[in-house]
Amino acid sequence: MTRTTTWWRYVLLAAAAIVFAFPFYFMVVGAFQENPTNTPDEMFPISGWTFGNFTAINARIDLLGSLANSLIFTAGVLLGTVTFGLLAGYALARLDFRGKSATWVLMMLVQMVPFQLLMIPLYVQITRSYGLGDTYLGMILPFGINTTAVFIFTQFFKALPKEMFEAARIDGASELRILRSVAVPMVRPALVTVVLVTFIGPWNEFLWPFLITKDTSLQPLAVSLANYISNAAQSTANPNGAILAGATALAFPVVILFLLFQRYFTASDIGAAVKG
Amino acid sequence: MTDIAAPPARTPSSPGPRAGGPLRNRLLGRNPIGSLFALPYMVFVAVIFAFPLGFACYIAFHDYFFTAPGVEVERPFVGLDNFADVLTDPQVLESFRNTAVFLVINVPLTAVGALVLASALNAGIRWAAAFRVAFYVPYLTASVSLVGVWMLLFSSGGLVNSVLGPLAPDPSWLVNSALAMPSIALYVTWKQLGFYILLYLAALQNIPSELHESAATDGATTLQRFRHVTIPGVRSATTLVLILAIITGANLFTEPYLLTNGGGPDGASTTPVLLIYQQGIQQQNPDTASAIGMLLVIAVGLLSLTANRLTRET
Repeated sequence: MTRTTTWWRYVLLAAAAIVFAFPFYFMVVGAFQENPTNTPDEMFPISGWTFGNFTAINARIDLLGSLANSLIFTAGVLLGTVTFGLLAGYALARLDFRGKSATWVLMMLVQMVPFQLLMIPLYVQITRSYGLGDTYLGMILPFGINTTAVFIFTQFFKALPKEMFEAARIDGASELRILRSVAVPMVRPALVTVVLVTFIGPWNEFLWPFLITKDTSLQPLAVSLANYISNAAQSTANPNGAILAGATALAFPVVILFLLFQRYFTASDIGAAVKG
Repeated sequence: MTDIAAPPARTPSSPGPRAGGPLRNRLLGRNPIGSLFALPYMVFVAVIFAFPLGFACYIAFHDYFFTAPGVEVERPFVGLDNFADVLTDPQVLESFRNTAVFLVINVPLTAVGALVLASALNAGIRWAAAFRVAFYVPYLTASVSLVGVWMLLFSSGGLVNSVLGPLAPDPSWLVNSALAMPSIALYVTWKQLGFYILLYLAALQNIPSELHESAATDGATTLQRFRHVTIPGVRSATTLVLILAIITGANLFTEPYLLTNGGGPDGASTTPVLLIYQQGIQQQNPDTASAIGMLLVIAVGLLSLTANRLTRET
């Protein structure tokens, strides 16, 4: 590629990167401003910094409580996904058992059926039949085992050399032991990928916890912030600042996790997981 | 557990793992414990997907309503009545029209934008990782956060309008019935593009570089190589991008709920999923809500098949 053909790539990419990053800049700066600006010439403020927006939103939606709820919701999903996902992924990749092809068919079904179609029956099932409305368990259950994670585990386990497993079996190790002491240590990168992919689901989820939590003390931050945006914002002195402060609190845990672990988040993993 | 772990191929009575082995192996597989390992996942899928899927069909074909727990009531089979109700409801028809507007803007913009940015990134440029992060972060971030930001940016007195000055639309973006749905389409394109860029990047890496080199030797310009080498080379990724964009677009809820305050103005940005929520849960009509859901899934299936057909090699 010659030098003359590359400069426009940088111009294109830089312009796109500004479009993609600007709303984040606006969000973070606005979250710490006494009066977030709406005019372009005040885009680089030098004064008026404050933590007041966080205090203001905290007075309305209990920021820490909501963050804790988001964390419990996410941790529950992660626990279910890692425990049962590892077991299922290992079985699908390395074991020959009855029902294996049925499991594959079920996984395809899960990838194809949109959650929104299941919204009404799941709502009836979980709130009426199981009585789990307004509980953490009811929030976690529909996301309990992330199918994408099962795909990722299966692929990583398949890539391990066959001899390793045969040797462990000849030594008389049980399958559970092989999984724990041989297979899992070999797929640490898969674990990080799965944690990242799974984390963003429940952490960012709005619709489901919104449907089943009426009790505000149980609502994750995505739900309480949305309620604040659609109802309460009018009655706050600086609603824009408070909204941006809430948005920052919800966005940052994920952004930081991603920046720390982004090398585990590669195109091939995601593509493979989506394509199955 | 050790007898399961012992490879059966070692006994003379079973000549090899492929040849069958004892009856137990044929019935349960060589590692029956695998069923136990996969069981929690299978139970999960049965309870959380398969059962609700069947239940959704049941609700859609019956006169279903909510009752107090434990109360036995008759919910008669009504055939296609719910579907007839839904298809004659102007609100529902409008929500499908709105989705069509959304898809017409979002799907081409997504496919073209993602492919152009992915090929620019793939050309071995500096700071590629930093660019990738910038494109990917909106995809990772909660829609509720970003909707909050966009709402302020696109409000009547917001930054976008103050930059546009006299060119600002009146009424403003999100409260203008002609612009509400296109604004949502732009927002979703922006939010999801990073994910599709990653899909295209993976596909681009599978195009052998010899193809580009020989085309360049033959005197093909950058644009010609993009048209004749890159686009055919990522065809299967394009199919996937189109189908995923269609599915995402058909399932909009958070954006019209928050960005345009519940599908406003006057239903101009109502979506089918928003109606499922309003009719099924707010107005307690789960039967028509389920009928909307089934129609939506059928429509998405047909569109996906068309997208698959259109991008298939000829």
